[in-house]
Amino acid sequence: MVLVLALGDLHVPHRAADLPPKFKSMLVPGKIQHIICTGNLCIKEIHDYLKTICPDLHIVRGEFDEDARYPENKTLTIGQFKLGLCHGHQVIPWGDLDSLAMLQRQLGVDILVTGHTHQFTAYKHEGGVVINPGSATGAYSSINQDVNPSFVLMDIDGFRAVVYVYELIDGEVKVDKIEFKKPPTSNSAP
Amino acid sequence: MIADDDEKWLADDIAAVKQNAFYMQRAIDSNNLKDALKFSAQMLSELRTSKLSPHKYYELYMRVFNELGTLEIFFKEETGRGCSIAELYELVQHAGNILPRLYLLCTIGSVYIKSKDVTTTDILKDLVEMCRAVQHPLRGLFLRSYLAQVTRDKLPSIGSELAGDGDAQMNALEFVLQNFTEMNKLWVRMQHQGSSREKEKREKERNELRDLVGKNLHVLSQLEGVDLGIYRDTVLPRILEQVVNCKDELAQCYLMDCIIQVFPDDFHLQTLDVLLGACPQLQPSVDIKTVLSGLMERLSNYAASSVEALPNFLQVEAFSKFNYAIGKVVEAQVDLPAAGSVTLYLFLLNFTLHVYSDRLDYVDQVLGSCVTQLAATGKLCDDKAAKQIVAFLSAPLEKYNNVVTILKLTNYPRVMEYLDHETNKAMTIIIVQSVLKNNTHIATADEVDALFELAKGLIKDFDGTIDNEIDEEDFQEEQNFVARLVHKLYSDDPEEMSKIIFTVRKHILTGGPKRLPLTIPPLVFSALKLIRRLRGGDENPFGDDASATPKRILQLLSETVEALSDVSAPDLALRLYLQCAQAANDCELETVTYEFFTKAYLLYEEEISDSKAQVTALRLIIGTLQRMRIFNVENRDILTHKATGYSARLLRKPDQCRAVYECAHLFWTDECEKLKDGERVVLCLKRAQRIADTVQKMTNASRGTSSTGSVALYVELLNKYLYFLEKGNTEVTGDTIKSLAELIRSETKKVESGAESFINSTLRYIEFQRQQDGGMSEKYEKIKMEWFE
Repeated sequence: MVLVLALGDLHVPHRAADLPPKFKSMLVPGKIQHIICTGNLCIKEIHDYLKTICPDLHIVRGEFDEDARYPENKTLTIGQFKLGLCHGHQVIPWGDLDSLAMLQRQLGVDILVTGHTHQFTAYKHEGGVVINPGSATGAYSSINQDVNPSFVLMDIDGFRAVVYVYELIDGEVKVDKIEFKKPPTSNSAP
Repeated sequence: MIADDDEKWLADDIAAVKQNAFYMQRAIDSNNLKDALKFSAQMLSELRTSKLSPHKYYELYMRVFNELGTLEIFFKEETGRGCSIAELYELVQHAGNILPRLYLLCTIGSVYIKSKDVTTTDILKDLVEMCRAVQHPLRGLFLRSYLAQVTRDKLPSIGSELAGDGDAQMNALEFVLQNFTEMNKLWVRMQHQGSSREKEKREKERNELRDLVGKNLHVLSQLEGVDLGIYRDTVLPRILEQVVNCKDELAQCYLMDCIIQVFPDDFHLQTLDVLLGACPQLQPSVDIKTVLSGLMERLSNYAASSVEALPNFLQVEAFSKFNYAIGKVVEAQVDLPAAGSVTLYLFLLNFTLHVYSDRLDYVDQVLGSCVTQLAATGKLCDDKAAKQIVAFLSAPLEKYNNVVTILKLTNYPRVMEYLDHETNKAMTIIIVQSVLKNNTHIATADEVDALFELAKGLIKDFDGTIDNEIDEEDFQEEQNFVARLVHKLYSDDPEEMSKIIFTVRKHILTGGPKRLPLTIPPLVFSALKLIRRLRGGDENPFGDDASATPKRILQLLSETVEALSDVSAPDLALRLYLQCAQAANDCELETVTYEFFTKAYLLYEEEISDSKAQVTALRLIIGTLQRMRIFNVENRDILTHKATGYSARLLRKPDQCRAVYECAHLFWTDECEKLKDGERVVLCLKRAQRIADTVQKMTNASRGTSSTGSVALYVELLNKYLYFLEKGNTEVTGDTIKSLAELIRSETKKVESGAESFINSTLRYIEFQRQQDGGMSEKYEKIKMEWFE
């Protein structure tokens, strides 16, 4: 069982003061093996905070990030899954599922994690799974009118990935879960 | 060396004590009263020494004391055997020297009391009088200490079985008071012994002995019958009389503190006048602050621990009494350093916060007194005082946990004025942290104004001078606090919120070039949130020119973001303009949206010269433009034309190619039939392909270097064609796609392209789509082709 935290678009301090306290109390150091972050933190303090939760932090560049050295995209393997990470402002039209599918094919990954729209999504298409963890702080978005703070926790075990999404709605944390299985043959998509 | 001699003398004396004790014990065992007395007297003679230091004398005394215990028991047994107390008394008088005689008398006296043959009163009176014969300070102190110890359990005290009547209690009281008075006199006299050079040594020695004197007060507090009335009418006045009259700094300090610690808090509350009244009468060198702060601290804790006592505080007007007393002290002590007076006020403040937490006027008063005091000393230069002021200002913050309450204290900002620049900033950060930690929401423009005034050390440069020494990272951290603070300013009422935004802007714009890039973004986004709220609500029919409308706020934002261009933050400004453009689009304000795009484009052309930055900036422009629905054909054309122009002129060819094919999306809006221009989409894609061709040529020319770029571009283009094919763009022909596919195939045969997996996944996708039911497979029929690996 490998726990992977996926989150992003915090936009601290431009659009939010901090993560919601209820989220902060859930994110306990030592429980999570990897963090993948879609970008737009935007400041070093948040980077450092994430590192305290888990030292294995993978992060890509959002258009408001202070640190210009983050890469545009990144790929990594966890369990039997190849994951791809990209903020999403590079994919036009923004939030367009077909364009994101192209990126997924290009990176050659089973799971594409992307952000920018501040809207949680998790869906399967021909090429794999696209997951958008939304905005962990519920930050303002010009694309999405109604933003609730959200983040994703993936439990990856071999060929199976269970995706838990945590959303803060009206002060309460709501959890939902979706399961994906990858067939053991190497070339096909899950 | 004196110390060595001291050891030697002590050793000698102890040896003598031991020896005499041995003989005394032998006499006791054989019931030989006469010998017992003889040897005990000899033993006690050792205490006549003048050679020992107080510390060593104490050791000797303890040895003797233990032996005297045995003697006391023997005396008691003797009385049982027929020897009367009076006889014993007589016998003891024959001891040669006064000191041993007195010790023996005290011992017998205590036996006397227990036997209840004679009234306790007379014995106690006798003994306390007789001890006057020993006027040597050290010896006298220990003698009286012995008297106190040995009579201790014979006094009617709380918890003892000896319940006395009113008279017995008063007599016991009188006894202890007198013993105390005499002991204090002896103790004070020690100060004047010996040469003036040894003053420090003497003080040290006196300090070692102070508990002997203080013990009496403790005993007093434990006596039965010492209720509030007796305390107020007899005990306290007598003690204070001695304390004041002895005119000794050491004694006064110690004893005042003793009184405060030893007697119950509600006694102090009720005798506050008397206690505070004694303070000015003490020696000028006495540190009254310690006394007062000790008292206030005790009473603070008292208030904190027993809520029922709170009304008493009000009743006795504790606050005004303390305020007055402190004022007097500060007035009298002209040399008091700033740190000292602030400490005093800090204690008063803590006291006030504990006892009168809902009386903001009292709290404000204390702040005001502190300001007056600081005004006399001028701006602070020393760290200690600065630290105290920070503690002083933090106290109400911690108590109320609500900055809005602090803002009501009119004197609070005035105290902050007295901090040096660095400390002022540190204090401001503490305040901001309090807001963030407690999630305090500040909901009116006036409060925001007050808060930002308070925080001005952080918001702008001090007196117009720029602080060049500050570490870059620290500076950013500071400003990030301000940024985060902006998100805590919120009102449900849009009008009020609008006022808040104007207020914040007013303050932030004074921040100077270094601060603006860090403080303007949160302001902008806060305003954009408001605009969204205003859109959702009803248009105010009675709104005047000044009321909050999206248009007005957008106008404000336009001017605000412009300030960034003066401080060379073009990338940030461009992003903010685009955000505003989207908001304007959503509000259906075409002209305003166009304005924002114009500004963004101008920045792109004039200020953004770094190639990488251009790529990102252009993507954002294209992405934003693609979402605009408000433009008429003409405006849309102008902006799109410009965007495609920029795309084609990026520095690196691959970047050009990508930007151009992304522009294709500008000609196709899925939700809107009018905005679907299939022809121009294909024109874009073809143009992109031509650029990809030049990349290919360049790669072929320099064989040997990595050549992954061009094939990948072709595959991307292929995917884009498929995208538009699926969307129903009839201009996308099967031939176009097939020839592109052919091209890819032939290129990959020549050389490793690195794009194999992309090609494979694309092919797989095509196959998958072809399998789909309905319209999709029809579209894919067009591009049916052979493809072999």
